Amino acid sequence: MLFAQVIDTPDVDIEILIPLILMGVGALLILTMTSIKKDLPAWFITGWTVVVSLGAAVAVIPLWDRYTDEGPSSTIANSVGFDGFSLFLTVVIALSVAMSSLLAHSYLVREHLEGVELHVLLLLSGTGGVIMAFSNDLLVFFLGLETLSMAVYVLAAMHRRRFESQEAGMKYFVLGAFSSTFLLYGIALVYGATGTTNLSEIQQFLQVQFLIDDGLLLGGIALMMVGLAFKVGAAPFHSWTPDVYQGSPTPVVAFMASGVKAAGFAGLLRILSVAFQPIVDDWGPPLEVIAALTLIIGSLSAIVQTDVKRMLAYSSISHAGFILLGVIAASERGTSAALFYLATYAFLVTGTFGVLTVIGGEGDDDFSFDAFKGLGRRKPVLSFALMIFLLAQAGVPLTSGFFAKFEVIAAAVDAESYWVAIVAMLAAVVGAFLYIRVLISMFFQDAADDAAAVSVPRTVGVVIAASVIVTVVFGVFPGLLDDVAQDALAELNVPQLTIDG
Amino acid sequence: MGELTHNYYLVLGAVVFSIGAVGLLVRRNPLVMFMCVELMLNAVNLTFVGLAWGLNDIGGQVAVFFVMVVAAAEVVVGLAIVVAIMRRRDGATSDDLSALRG
Repeated sequence: MLFAQVIDTPDVDIEILIPLILMGVGALLILTMTSIKKDLPAWFITGWTVVVSLGAAVAVIPLWDRYTDEGPSSTIANSVGFDGFSLFLTVVIALSVAMSSLLAHSYLVREHLEGVELHVLLLLSGTGGVIMAFSNDLLVFFLGLETLSMAVYVLAAMHRRRFESQEAGMKYFVLGAFSSTFLLYGIALVYGATGTTNLSEIQQFLQVQFLIDDGLLLGGIALMMVGLAFKVGAAPFHSWTPDVYQGSPTPVVAFMASGVKAAGFAGLLRILSVAFQPIVDDWGPPLEVIAALTLIIGSLSAIVQTDVKRMLAYSSISHAGFILLGVIAASERGTSAALFYLATYAFLVTGTFGVLTVIGGEGDDDFSFDAFKGLGRRKPVLSFALMIFLLAQAGVPLTSGFFAKFEVIAAAVDAESYWVAIVAMLAAVVGAFLYIRVLISMFFQDAADDAAAVSVPRTVGVVIAASVIVTVVFGVFPGLLDDVAQDALAELNVPQLTIDG
Repeated sequence: MGELTHNYYLVLGAVVFSIGAVGLLVRRNPLVMFMCVELMLNAVNLTFVGLAWGLNDIGGQVAVFFVMVVAAAEVVVGLAIVVAIMRRRDGATSDDLSALRG
């Protein structure tokens, strides 16, 4: 009676998956609609993308209530984890998709690239990011990462007429595929050492077992760290970042720096700080070196750049170093500090690249310091917004960047990683210098006579205004967001089904 | 005669993975680079199967199917980017792709 056999399928808690389904199905629907009706107006496509991704963010609210009432749980055979951590990052990723889509709206018209592809890929990439945030299994995490990455490779190469864009896509693809194989090899070795790819089970295993011959496990963690460090752009695996940021379309860079970075850190935090927390003594010191290198290389290389977009790429590397401090702490405080940083940085960086989107002008390639000269007189409001973003990136008090930096450094001090904390403080000082360089061009130098006129489309204005508001509000009242980030902890110790054996 | 344990497969996987990694770093042709990535992914597959056998656990074998799907999808994206570059340029080797630097 072969056909009468019943296959036990795992329970699926659809409610948990609603944000994920919204974004994934939303992307496929708009793709289908445009293939049926060819001449859908651009505003409809952008509007759809924004509504779908904001819908995913709103769908998190009832789930958050459920989380605070019932605590964390998991579904689909414990491979999808439902906790504050995943919900928090889902909101960050969904909002960054919405904001990048708005930035892309006028960009696509200006560059004569009208079409649905960029929006669909943004949504699909966001879906992959949400899968990463929810994953409680290394394989699910890997699939989410690949969904996210493959969409972003294409997004980087999106600008058909700019060779730099295609070069960026190709470089990102080759190095991204290279690093993914390292991550996957690491997953295979960890599987070999622990007998499972499930993060809860790995954590339990590490809590009760003491491995005498743990070469397989340590090798696996090292390889996974290489793969993840690449994804978040941490030194010495950062070399793709400046090229890809400089070459890719500016709205896409906004998404790379906000959504993709948040998803990458979702992996680092959940895998290293939580699942491998019992053996933090093994992976902590090497990660401290990575964080210090990232901070130093990021802030020092940024100083010598002549292209503002490339400079901001290096500055995003040094920001990754700051967020790594929260990962190294491997504590609740570290995780919530990293989450706070990721959320505020997503708005900061999207706003910054929003301003760059309009300054780049047609062709999307003029980001020299000359392009910023005299901007303070020509476009006072826009310059003021950029000033706030740059000051916040430098970590000036009363902007969200200050509290973000303060919290991760405090978490690192708590975890007794003193020397990295000192490196971070020095890097913050060096970083402030380069942001001031842009400000000086903007406010104290006169524009060239033939400076291109800068006009701010309404959609870009909305994104910039929203980012300014978030940056200032969370800068003056950091507690509003920090309270949420404190609750949004990754909890893997869910009551488990007993596994025989 | 020694017994064939799963360690042999792990060593073979590591060797193939290293060949792929070195190949990707030293070769300049994009197609050869993609082949090297495939080589690395398949080395991981071999490792997964070897470990699944050693652990007597089906999970590692299931992982291989996911990896194969990812590998196929990845090469599609890669080739599409190469085609986009070749439409505008004569070559897509890593020497041709050097506009971005600094």
